[in-house]
Amino acid sequence: MSPNLILEPNLADYDEVYQKIIDMHSGLSDEESQSANAKLILTLANHIGDVGVISEAVKIARDNTLQWRKKDTQS
Amino acid sequence: MPYIPPKYEAVIPQAVHDGGTEQTTVLIVGAGPIGLALALDLGLRGHDIILVNRESQLTDGSRAICYAKRPLEILDRLGISDRMVEKGVSWNIGRVFFKDRAEPVYSFDLLPVKDQKLPGMINIQQYYNEEYNIEALDGLDNVALRWGNTLTSFEDVDTGVLAGIETSEGVYRIQADWLIACDGYKSVTRKMLGMEFEGETFHDNFLIADVKFRKAYPTERHFWFDPVFNPGQSALLHKQPDDIWRIDFQVGWDIDREEIIKPENVSPRIRAMFGEDVEFEYEWISVYTFNCRQVDQMVKGRVVLAGDAAHLVSPFGARGANTGFQDGDNLAWKLDLIINGKADRRLLESYDQERSLAAKINILNSTRSTDFITPKSIVSRQFRDAVLQLSAEYHFARGFVNSGRLSLPVPYPDSTLNTPDEATWGGGVRPGTNCMDAPVSTGGEDKWLLNSLGWKFKLLVFADVGDLSEGQLEGLRLLAAADIPVESIFISQFEAGEFSSLNDISGLVQDRYAAGSGAVYLIRPDQYVAGRWHELDLSKLGVALRRATGKQ
Ligand SMILES: Cc1cc2nc3c(=O)[nH]c(=O)nc-3n(C[C@H](O)[C@H](O)[C@H](O)COP(=O)(O)OP(=O)(O)OC[C@H]3O[C@@H](n4cnc5c(N)ncnc54)[C@H](O)[C@@H]3O)c2cc1C
Repeated sequence: MSPNLILEPNLADYDEVYQKIIDMHSGLSDEESQSANAKLILTLANHIGDVGVISEAVKIARDNTLQWRKKDTQS
Repeated sequence: MPYIPPKYEAVIPQAVHDGGTEQTTVLIVGAGPIGLALALDLGLRGHDIILVNRESQLTDGSRAICYAKRPLEILDRLGISDRMVEKGVSWNIGRVFFKDRAEPVYSFDLLPVKDQKLPGMINIQQYYNEEYNIEALDGLDNVALRWGNTLTSFEDVDTGVLAGIETSEGVYRIQADWLIACDGYKSVTRKMLGMEFEGETFHDNFLIADVKFRKAYPTERHFWFDPVFNPGQSALLHKQPDDIWRIDFQVGWDIDREEIIKPENVSPRIRAMFGEDVEFEYEWISVYTFNCRQVDQMVKGRVVLAGDAAHLVSPFGARGANTGFQDGDNLAWKLDLIINGKADRRLLESYDQERSLAAKINILNSTRSTDFITPKSIVSRQFRDAVLQLSAEYHFARGFVNSGRLSLPVPYPDSTLNTPDEATWGGGVRPGTNCMDAPVSTGGEDKWLLNSLGWKFKLLVFADVGDLSEGQLEGLRLLAAADIPVESIFISQFEAGEFSSLNDISGLVQDRYAAGSGAVYLIRPDQYVAGRWHELDLSKLGVALRRATGKQ
């Protein structure tokens, strides 16, 4: 039930996009990496320009993380 | 010369000596900005008011310095805005600094609000606002302002309130139909009602120094995130009239409140900021902690809370007094109708509903500013710093920078007083929203639309008087003569005979209200839209008016 946020596969080349994100961090300290991540999120959020879409993405990111927390503590 | 607050003579009413009980319609407790404005509003409407204030002087030092447009519009209705605007400082340029960069990460120009009477914001000391208000009250025989009178007890009964008042020479009692508590954030009235004041205290402190510099600095607002002279913290510089500058230093949670405000401990901070050789004098030094709190009920029986007594916000975004004035604006006309027997006490439920919503949204806004200015976690600080670094280069990121947002009026889209739109409108001012100003003229004289609205219900009719049928005109006549009168104002280049008319000289009224020919807007006495229609329908108007006065 996600009218706005695209959750179907939507990238032509996943490997390339993934590599770009990892390469963004090359040579950066941990702190700089955190900074770069934040800047990436903020820049993309502005590009998306829709609070509904962003809220859905935020929810997915948070819920998924919390689910894994449960799994970790159960095992 | 630092500001010396004027002292007023403490008032010892006759009742102290003869043990009698005084009668009044409205007892207002607290002559801060909110109590003073309410006394003026209800006083100008002709009601008998006693306004008591514990101290016999104004608070030393200015607390509020930023007055936003909507409160200025309200104070303009009460006749004291012109003096404030004339005395106040208008600033447009703001600069944001980050860390050790000498250049601002960016600067902005708050363009003046176009074609509206009042500016978006002025800076002026709170005591000027209070002084002007006190002078205006001097002209009203029906308002008694009593310095050195403290409310110590009250009984709220269905027919009124019996209040115990203490003076330096003894106590006396006041029997009032209504008690309005404007007694500030430590409100004893609230405590006596047993009300909670729920919310959050931010674990941080700000040191304020109001100083007078020898040398002139530009009239700009400067905000520093994590500057070298206050590492890991923030600072703010703002100009006030009389060449006084407000400097706020974020100083953290763990401080010695007595030590930190000693001039010898503040001066090194100011020298670190402006250079060793800076010359200045102190006006006022203070330290405060942020709090965001609100009551869950602003009306109880015949006791009404307004201003800081009902809600407290952190000062970033300048919302304290600015919100409180709007409480008064909302309350005065409702209480006026109730006192005059034209509306039921139930109408006050809408005061609680509308102003509690406003307080909630103000708290939300100021909490967001506080979270940006004083990040609470490592990741929050990382995002904050990322925003600031990006904003030096990219315009889009500046939208995220939150060093306190301009205080704007809160609309009441779901208020029970509104008549929701039944047709679609291409913009304009929605029901539950405050009216926009625009230039107009009448009898060849330039005026402002808002100066013709307020005090009573008004009907803006976007037509020439000749376009209306005799039946419609008769309807408007009846409205004007009704128990709760509605005055019609034609937006038209022609005079409208027995009705008023305003010439929309630049077409901005029509524009701002998205009004086609024949449209009408019903406007509440606090200049909020109650309902609007593309054409005049007297029966719909009647229903809307009953709704807007709590009768439906
Ligand atoms: C540092 C600082 C900066 C601020 N800056 C801004 C700003 O820029 N813009 C803005 O809008 N707001 C600002 N505020 C908030 C603003 O000062 C308050 O919101 C405002 O003063 C509230 O007005 P009030 O009339 O509700 O209460 P108060 O001003 O607190 O007045 C209450 C009055 O009630 C009297 N009283 C109390 N108890 C009794 C009693 N039992 N009997 C009789 N009298 C009593 C007191 O003597 C006092 O005079 C700032 C506040 C601070 C601390």
